[in-house]
Amino acid sequence: MASPQPRIGVITYPGSQDDGDALWALAANDAEAVPVWHEERTLPDLDAVVIPGGFSYGDYLRCGAIARFSPVTAAVVDFAREGGLVLGICNGFQILCEAGLLPGALLRNASLRFVCRDVELRVERNDTPFTSRCSEGQSLVIPVKHGDGRYVPPDGLEPAQIVLRYVDDVNGSVDAIAGVCNWAGNVMGLMPHPEHAVDPLLGSADGALILASLVDSARNRLLTAV
Amino acid sequence: MKATVLVRPKQGILDPQGEAVASALGHLGFNVATARVGKVIDLDVDAPDAAAARTEVERMCEQLLANQLIESFDVEIHG
Repeated sequence: MASPQPRIGVITYPGSQDDGDALWALAANDAEAVPVWHEERTLPDLDAVVIPGGFSYGDYLRCGAIARFSPVTAAVVDFAREGGLVLGICNGFQILCEAGLLPGALLRNASLRFVCRDVELRVERNDTPFTSRCSEGQSLVIPVKHGDGRYVPPDGLEPAQIVLRYVDDVNGSVDAIAGVCNWAGNVMGLMPHPEHAVDPLLGSADGALILASLVDSARNRLLTAV
Repeated sequence: MKATVLVRPKQGILDPQGEAVASALGHLGFNVATARVGKVIDLDVDAPDAAAARTEVERMCEQLLANQLIESFDVEIHG
């Protein structure tokens, strides 16, 4: 019997940019990718949610600050609080921080320059639903493209919540942090874009390890629930 | 009731915009040790008196206008 395809929603806010790539990349990694509009007050039946990159609401006030009040964000917060898997990429990471689902904040790059290039990451944890296909210490090459990616953790961030680090400094992030998860481990955010690195033709397929890990985890939940 | 909110990067938070401004002022010949860049938000608030307006605006700051992990805020009420 073919293994079931988990249903993974991708949120589109006004100003989202990478929702199309995220939908494509999830489908390429054996998920049923479901577009979800920002005005939805309830989520359809989903096994995981991805908040994609872009410039939701024009980055007004602070990146992610306005998207946090979008109707669908309240539904995503409820989904996450019930243990649902949520991955935020770039602007999605900023939104999850503003919504209080992830610790910390993302500020203007220390260089004041927009960075758009492939960067090398180190996997600090592979026991998360988002990195299970990686090995600990593995190096991944995944592109970044952001002007506001300097991660500032709250005082006393648990080191175990750091999932990915930049190998070289990219944006001035404290402790070179590139991706963090919440305490429970069901919500992760990262600044690099795994959906842009899912095929060798794109320069790297390492991003597929992150997305395929999410698809595996969502499928396992689906199978457990049946 | 008119109110002004000043939002500043907290002490200890790196402010590269402020550093760039201080550097540019130095190039113009001004003697500036440090600069920090924040934002100003002017509001027109419907409130019965200054105290009520202040309470209301402080709630706005806590819920939206400032991210208190990285920013501090001051509220001025102009009667």
